[in-house]
Amino acid sequence: MNKPRLLNDSLLPTLAIWTVAGLVGCAFLWLIGDVIWQGTRYLSWEFLISPPANAGRQGGISTILVSTGLILLVCMSVSLPIGLGAAVFLAEWTSVSQPFSQFIRRSLDVLASVPSIVFGLFGNAFFCQLLGLGFSILSGGLTLACMVLPILIRTTEEGFRALPQDYRLSASALGLTKKSTLFHLLLPAAIPSLLVGFILGLGRAIAETAALIFTSGYVDRMPESLLDSGRALSIHIYDLSMNVPGGDQAAYATALALIACLVMLNSLSSWISGLWARTRILTT
Amino acid sequence: MSFTKKPESSQTPLSQSPQKIAPCCDPLPFIQTTNLSLSYNHIPAFKNVSLTVNRGCLTAIVGPSGSGKSSFLMCINRLVDLMPECRVSGQIQLHDLDILSPTIDVLQLRRRVGMIFQNPNPFPMSIHKNLAFPLKEHGITAPTHIEERIQQSLMDVGLWNEVKDRLQASALTLSGGQQQRLCIARALVLSPDVLLMDEPCSALDPLSSGIVEDLIFSLRGQYTVVIVTHNLAQARRIADYVGIFWNQHHTGELIEFGPTQQIFENPQHELTTAYINGIRG
Repeated sequence: MNKPRLLNDSLLPTLAIWTVAGLVGCAFLWLIGDVIWQGTRYLSWEFLISPPANAGRQGGISTILVSTGLILLVCMSVSLPIGLGAAVFLAEWTSVSQPFSQFIRRSLDVLASVPSIVFGLFGNAFFCQLLGLGFSILSGGLTLACMVLPILIRTTEEGFRALPQDYRLSASALGLTKKSTLFHLLLPAAIPSLLVGFILGLGRAIAETAALIFTSGYVDRMPESLLDSGRALSIHIYDLSMNVPGGDQAAYATALALIACLVMLNSLSSWISGLWARTRILTT
Repeated sequence: MSFTKKPESSQTPLSQSPQKIAPCCDPLPFIQTTNLSLSYNHIPAFKNVSLTVNRGCLTAIVGPSGSGKSSFLMCINRLVDLMPECRVSGQIQLHDLDILSPTIDVLQLRRRVGMIFQNPNPFPMSIHKNLAFPLKEHGITAPTHIEERIQQSLMDVGLWNEVKDRLQASALTLSGGQQQRLCIARALVLSPDVLLMDEPCSALDPLSSGIVEDLIFSLRGQYTVVIVTHNLAQARRIADYVGIFWNQHHTGELIEFGPTQQIFENPQHELTTAYINGIRG
């Protein structure tokens, strides 16, 4: 006699998997749906280009967007070259078994999991006070760079290690120098993974709140230089929802703008990565 | 250094099976190894290998897996330098060059000694750039010179007619056999004296394997070729000399070396007899 359909070998696991997937999907849709639903009612072009007024209850987020952009610019222009250099060093000049490189990797993994508030306190002590940069976009960007570096280095290093060993072997067999192998062969082939690391890092940086409260401050006027204090999008959301009664609508709209920025950055990197693969790697 | 090009070999049509013809190589020693030994992490891979490769000849190294054939090959272009914890002792003389000398220019050595691997490994670039890149890196920058050499090397491997209209296409779009021929062209474009081949046909389908084998055979006389192969029939078809590596007490050793005919028809070592008759290995 056949078993009841529910106890069938394949039905139960299928049901369980779909339930779990459905729950995850629902939680995501609820979160995003709520932000979109509440945010679109307040979000407008006017909101994006006007400065905040009345502690953010009115006006828009133009100064916040500029501050966020500058913080990210500082963060990425510092972390990208250092991250790429460190990743190349780890992947191409050290072996996984060397104690020194193991120590660096272990340290990076620990750093990647350090809570952001700790980075914030470090940034405040080191950049704001010791180096005398004060609460500024520069301090915030540099603190974020410290936070993003571990992820950036490890992702890029894995990207380099994932390249076929045959490339290195056949380049060496042709008498090519390590430098030209790196610049002409390995680096172009590793660009997609570099972009992934960049986006993961950028995603972490753009959504950061705790590390920035202690370093870039939360002055919401238009920054005049990198040494000016500036408020990032995530801090603006935090401030509006926690400290400003009646700021919920603006917080939703800002959150929607933040998510839109992340989606755009993600799409842009996928597009560049695809374009790179098609033109640079595969056909030239 | 220039070799006398023998018309019968350079004109061997790639589409036809090569006929065993009189050796076109000079019986002049070109590569000599003396008591060459290699160990990885203090574990010997092979020891005391002494053999002579003659100029312009095709020398096949055969033997079971793990007998140190590929490691031996990588000593000749010092690719073993890249292997961590690898130690080489003994002597390798390439004509008048002491290969294991710490003072030699390894990059120039590798230009003179090209290598082809088991898996076709073109770079993820266009067909043209695969060949132009090594040339430029070795200081050949005149565009006309580069184009000439690219065309010549592609013609040498019989690939010119197949790719001349799509030189800018990705090398990864070529078939496996074409990719392997491109890799051979990439080695030839640097005008090497010696070609090392590490099982160049074993990752290819029978048809492509046949084409590449014919190509390798056609290189006899123009280049000194040392080929590692698992395919005894192939070694018999194409090689002038054969060396048998064997794993003795967990270490590779050269148990017999000599002209192909002698190795296959009148082997001196009992393991060689067993190996070529398919009883051992």
